[in-house]
Amino acid sequence: MFAFLMWRGIVFSFCSGGLELLCNSVKIHNVNVELQNGAEKLTMKDLLSWIRTNLIKERPEMFMKGDTVRPGVLALVNDCDWELSGQLDTTLEEKDVVVFISTLHGG
Amino acid sequence: MDSDRGGEASVILRQLEDLKASKSEIERQISALEAQLREITFQKPNGSVSNGSCPPHIPSVDSGYGHDLSPQMIHRYSRHLLLPSFGVQGQSKLLKSSILVVGAGGLGSPVLLYLAACGVGRLGIIDHDVVELNNMHRQIIHAEGFIGQPKVKSAAAACHSINSTIQVVEYQEPLRTSNALEIMSKYDIVVDATDNAPSRYMISDCCVVIGKPLVSGAAVGLEGQLTVFNYNGGPCYRCLFPTPPPTTACQRCSDAGVLGVVPGVIGCLQALEAIKIASGVGEPLSERMLLFDAFSGRIRNVKIRGRSPQCVVCGENAPFSKQQFQEFDYENFTQSPLTPLPLKLNLLQPDSRINSKEYKEKIVSGEAHVLIDVRPEHHFKIVSLPNSLNIPLPRLEARLPEITSALKEKEDHRGTDSGSGGKVYVICRRGNDSQRAVQYLHKMGFTSAEDIIGGLEGWAHEVDPNVPTY
Repeated sequence: MFAFLMWRGIVFSFCSGGLELLCNSVKIHNVNVELQNGAEKLTMKDLLSWIRTNLIKERPEMFMKGDTVRPGVLALVNDCDWELSGQLDTTLEEKDVVVFISTLHGG
Repeated sequence: MDSDRGGEASVILRQLEDLKASKSEIERQISALEAQLREITFQKPNGSVSNGSCPPHIPSVDSGYGHDLSPQMIHRYSRHLLLPSFGVQGQSKLLKSSILVVGAGGLGSPVLLYLAACGVGRLGIIDHDVVELNNMHRQIIHAEGFIGQPKVKSAAAACHSINSTIQVVEYQEPLRTSNALEIMSKYDIVVDATDNAPSRYMISDCCVVIGKPLVSGAAVGLEGQLTVFNYNGGPCYRCLFPTPPPTTACQRCSDAGVLGVVPGVIGCLQALEAIKIASGVGEPLSERMLLFDAFSGRIRNVKIRGRSPQCVVCGENAPFSKQQFQEFDYENFTQSPLTPLPLKLNLLQPDSRINSKEYKEKIVSGEAHVLIDVRPEHHFKIVSLPNSLNIPLPRLEARLPEITSALKEKEDHRGTDSGSGGKVYVICRRGNDSQRAVQYLHKMGFTSAEDIIGGLEGWAHEVDPNVPTY
């Protein structure tokens, strides 16, 4: 299942492994993320902190650990593992697509 | 009469449970001893383990056409041979390849069917489980006639009936660190079609240790994932997931449900990746992951990290040895069992619990009480006990007033004075959530609340075998 959030053209999507259940299974969210204190760019760190504050109020431990995603969650920026783009420091720009995947084990 | 039968059934069920527990312990011991024996017998002078990667019975004789395909094979695999990119060379490699499929369930079913059909020379199947009625909707390799029989036996029979010319090797045992090295070493490619986190880490680590590519698939609910690990310098499972997820984040098909065709789709794709690697045709899904969302009909193909130099198993400073592998405790690492059994919590004092037979007596004696069923609504719709009130666990806090008024109604109805306080009993599917609910109810002042041990399953086993389990 996919949940889309809009921020200045950025699409955020939760998919796989029940992550979408953390936001009431709502698939599409249109939101505005304000930049903090005159910051010029939005990073993944900012985005995660915004999601934590505004979106995932119950059981945040199912999505995050500390200021990053919990073990077993992959973050993808433009269909690319965020390990390849700087993890929390990845800069987000207009029309970027962010996807969070929780690994599945069943079969 | 009915209760006599119920009693008899519960005695048998208890005996069955005891026997099954001793059986799995004995199997564990057998597996460990067999591994020891194999090490003694198969150990070559240089210490390497025998690796029969070429099936002995496939004749590698030139048929006179410049390749080793017999006229029968040419006819059987003609549609493969007609593919310009696959052709004689691809098929010939496939016929000489050996693939081990771990798990003959929802994923393993189509994997095995396709790998058998396409002529993989030697096909290994490992699974410790037996075929059950509730497997049939997705584990399409098994026929009704095999219910109660080992999945390995059923799957092997199906593979043979599709293609009698391939060799099928049956391993009717759980894959463990004690037998994994020896079994997996005998194959060129490993397919992970298991259903739990510790097995996934164990299989990936073993593939790194013995240098085999791994085709990994998973499916739950309406979603699936697919990737190829340890292929051509690509990442292993641990590069991607160095730390295991919390156990609460690991959904299982037996709890979360699964649409039958979803593991079918992923299993077919796993077969495809295995065939590509075996035949040397195409681009295996290494350093990429395919995400399948059946609900919206979306498939995403994403780029994932390469091999991590810091990986503790395949990284630069990580010579994860065979011995380290054999000594690694995967169940402790992931905090979950390799052969998953239903969770059995024990949160409450014995005096806050009641077994289903005792509850039955309360009903018979007409004790004023309210029965709360804390399962999700869609579970409640499958089956429920008469006169139970469905309040799903997450909604309990908000719906406490309903319990209070239900209790009051019971008391008014029976004319008892409200001071005596009617009883609250709580039931769920297996007796875990009911304990969590009772813990909460105690905190909220419903001090007499008790949970029904074993839930509806316990009720079905001990009181009324006609109540369906799911």
